[in-house]
Amino acid sequence: MAITFTLNGERKTVDVDPQMPLLWVLRDTLNMTGTKFGCGMALCGACTVHINGEASRSCITPISSVADKKITTIEGLSADGSHPVQKAWIEEDVPQCGYCQSGQIMSAAALLAKKSNPSDADIDDAMSGNICRCGTYQRIRKAIHRAASQPAAR
Amino acid sequence: MAATPLLDRREFLKKSAAGGTALVIGFYLPGKYEAHAGKPPKDSTAINAWVQIAPDDSVTLLIDKSEMGQGISTALAMVLAEELDLDWKKVKTVFAPAAPQYFNPIFGLQGTGGSSSVRGSWEPLAKAGAAAREMLIATAAKRWNIEAAACHTENSAVVQTENGKRVGYGALVEEAAKMPVPVAAKRKDAKDYKIVGKPTKRIDSPAKVTGKATFGIDVRRPGMLHAVVARCPVIGGKVKSFDPAKAKAVRGVKDVLQISTGVAVIADNTWSASEGRNALAITWNEGANASVSSDSIRKLYHAQAEKDGAIARKDGEASAALASAAKKIEAIYEVPFLAHATMEPMNCTADVRADGCDIIAPTQFQTFVQMTGAKLTGLKPEQVRVETTYLGGGFGRRAEQDFVVEALELSKAMKAPVQVTWTREDDMQHDFYRPAVLVKMEAGFDGSGKLAAWKTRVVAPSIMSRFFPGSLKNGIDESAVEGLSTLTYDVPNFFVDYVLTESGIPVGFWRSVGCSHNGYFAECFVDELARAAGKDPVEFRRSLLQKDARKRGVVELAAEKAKWGVPPPVGRYRGIAVVESFGTNVAQVAEISIDRKAKTLQVHHVVAAVDCGRFVNPETIRSQIEGSIVYGLTAALKGEITITGGRVDQANFNDYDLVRINETPHVEVHIVQSNEGPGGIGEPGTPPIAPAVCNAIFAATGKPVRRLPIRPEDLA
Repeated sequence: MAITFTLNGERKTVDVDPQMPLLWVLRDTLNMTGTKFGCGMALCGACTVHINGEASRSCITPISSVADKKITTIEGLSADGSHPVQKAWIEEDVPQCGYCQSGQIMSAAALLAKKSNPSDADIDDAMSGNICRCGTYQRIRKAIHRAASQPAAR
Repeated sequence: MAATPLLDRREFLKKSAAGGTALVIGFYLPGKYEAHAGKPPKDSTAINAWVQIAPDDSVTLLIDKSEMGQGISTALAMVLAEELDLDWKKVKTVFAPAAPQYFNPIFGLQGTGGSSSVRGSWEPLAKAGAAAREMLIATAAKRWNIEAAACHTENSAVVQTENGKRVGYGALVEEAAKMPVPVAAKRKDAKDYKIVGKPTKRIDSPAKVTGKATFGIDVRRPGMLHAVVARCPVIGGKVKSFDPAKAKAVRGVKDVLQISTGVAVIADNTWSASEGRNALAITWNEGANASVSSDSIRKLYHAQAEKDGAIARKDGEASAALASAAKKIEAIYEVPFLAHATMEPMNCTADVRADGCDIIAPTQFQTFVQMTGAKLTGLKPEQVRVETTYLGGGFGRRAEQDFVVEALELSKAMKAPVQVTWTREDDMQHDFYRPAVLVKMEAGFDGSGKLAAWKTRVVAPSIMSRFFPGSLKNGIDESAVEGLSTLTYDVPNFFVDYVLTESGIPVGFWRSVGCSHNGYFAECFVDELARAAGKDPVEFRRSLLQKDARKRGVVELAAEKAKWGVPPPVGRYRGIAVVESFGTNVAQVAEISIDRKAKTLQVHHVVAAVDCGRFVNPETIRSQIEGSIVYGLTAALKGEITITGGRVDQANFNDYDLVRINETPHVEVHIVQSNEGPGGIGEPGTPPIAPAVCNAIFAATGKPVRRLPIRPEDLA
């Protein structure tokens, strides 16, 4: 079944099983591997993308449910790594292994788009669905506060 | 270290030619090869790293270690950039292929683990950098017809000191490659360092914040197929029979094959392979483990604790001293199996052809991958090309070969590149677990109140006897007793023995290995002893560490920074622990509060003091300690793999949860300035956190926490 959606500003049509999760369409059909597989059950947040601006777990999102919607992945967050969240991540030296960071950054960017100056409690709420096994959380928190202080965080 | 930079001229020129205009510098490493599995040949012409300088002055360093988050690519690049005076902005790294020249000087194999990378590579890499720098200076001096001494280097250029005239390394490289290789190039004085020792941002962050970093699971090859494997849920069980019909009917499924580890479904995408696997009907021969459970293992361990073990350490006569002790303390401590739970599940991509084979893997042990490839394909090791990707976490799990074997078997059978991907459930239920361990502690004070004897019996399986068969000496697996047999507390009669106990559950290296449990056992027991002696835990440790200045130093530093002498706010409790591992001492003070009604615990703040000797990147030390604390905190608060009927009960993050951002304490790291070492940094931050938190609970409740993870009843 052909399904059409907008991916990082471009129209895309894929012909796959309508139940196939968006995550695997991105990774295996479109070879866009920036979005990561972590758990397959929306428990870890590694697969987070934006669907119509909302942070969403692509591993449990059937492709049929995103027809005609706008999807942004880590590859589309900025053309050159210049999104305030990405810049703050580099400044605070956040990544270690880096595997979860696409998802962390997408969750953080969605948070800042809604709340330009989130409190620590807001950060806990928005980010506790994203696991980092390397334990970079303290730096993630600092980086979100840093990005929030930049004018172009939205 | 006595390593002299020498170079095989022929090898050097060959490499130079292959690199075109690149100056390629290699160096031998006749240093320490404390191999667990054999030594490299005496006449080994091992080149341990090489550096490529391009005409645009950019420099590429081949990283012979696996980058799994510990920051090694940044650290090694810093060492090189310092000694070669590189423009840091123009330094690039790539991962080295598997080849004997990249053997880890500490293991005698190409691999990353044991917090060994900076310890093993700093000296040889710095020497290579210094040699290359002299060759570049000599080239420029010759061109300018002046003395080498009249030149210096900065920002990837040779400069005439008198007039500031400069020439970039890129313009010198072709000639420099023909220069004689200095036998003992002059190294920089540490006081002149501009990069080493300074907080430096990670070199891999730009790739990791844009989704561009390639992990093993991101490898894509033309014509590549995706596979998912059904393995027997009972550990060690085998396939009896299976019906592939329904799996083959799933859209995208190409084939269903039995392999050594189970039944594989091969498809044109991972999800179809997984759906195909769900449709498989398999009957298993469950094997001997079907009757094994956590309870049966625990019973076995308790029984084993009554047997004498192999002696790992014997100072004085502990039994006699205990018999005559004025006061005795006894305790049994236990920890469960733990999963590694790397965020990137196990995976591997292989392309087996008649004339060669590519293995692209997130691996910690390139040499073993190459050997596995040669063994399974019948090819020569040099025909097996191993490419290392970024690792989405390692923690010891990626030292194993199981995922490599699967990809190789499948590619061979399918005659195509195959990527095998483990689901989270596969990863959780087919791990090589951190061993479950039990220790029996006995200690005694003499009539004057002095700690006179301490006896520990360790009941644990052996990682080393599986990983490096035949490596046990006198029945001791050092990785099972380290952190206890290595204690430096001043106790005249000190005894540790080891009762090797296998339960059928496979065990492997897990961040900080033996110290992950033995640090907890020792440090909680020390708090029990302090209480029995009526002493403050910090004072008690200080008094027993008079002969270990470095360990005492971090205890004092952590206590000072945590304001140990000042009582905590009402409702807050503090605990301290100190563990030495991999040449690094780490003390941590944890501050907690307990909600006694809800029986919940919050860890608010951790102060860490670290003495790792000389260090390359203090920013990496801070981030490794911060992360290691979170890793160890999961083990303290949540981590437990249990077994029922030979099956692992946990499957995903709903029943094997990890510490999340809202549970993460604020961590403050203090680094001791030292000329010792260097010590490791990837692991030593993990062991102290569980005992520091448990000792804070002990301070709050008066009851020691003798079994992990911490349970609600421990908080009453």
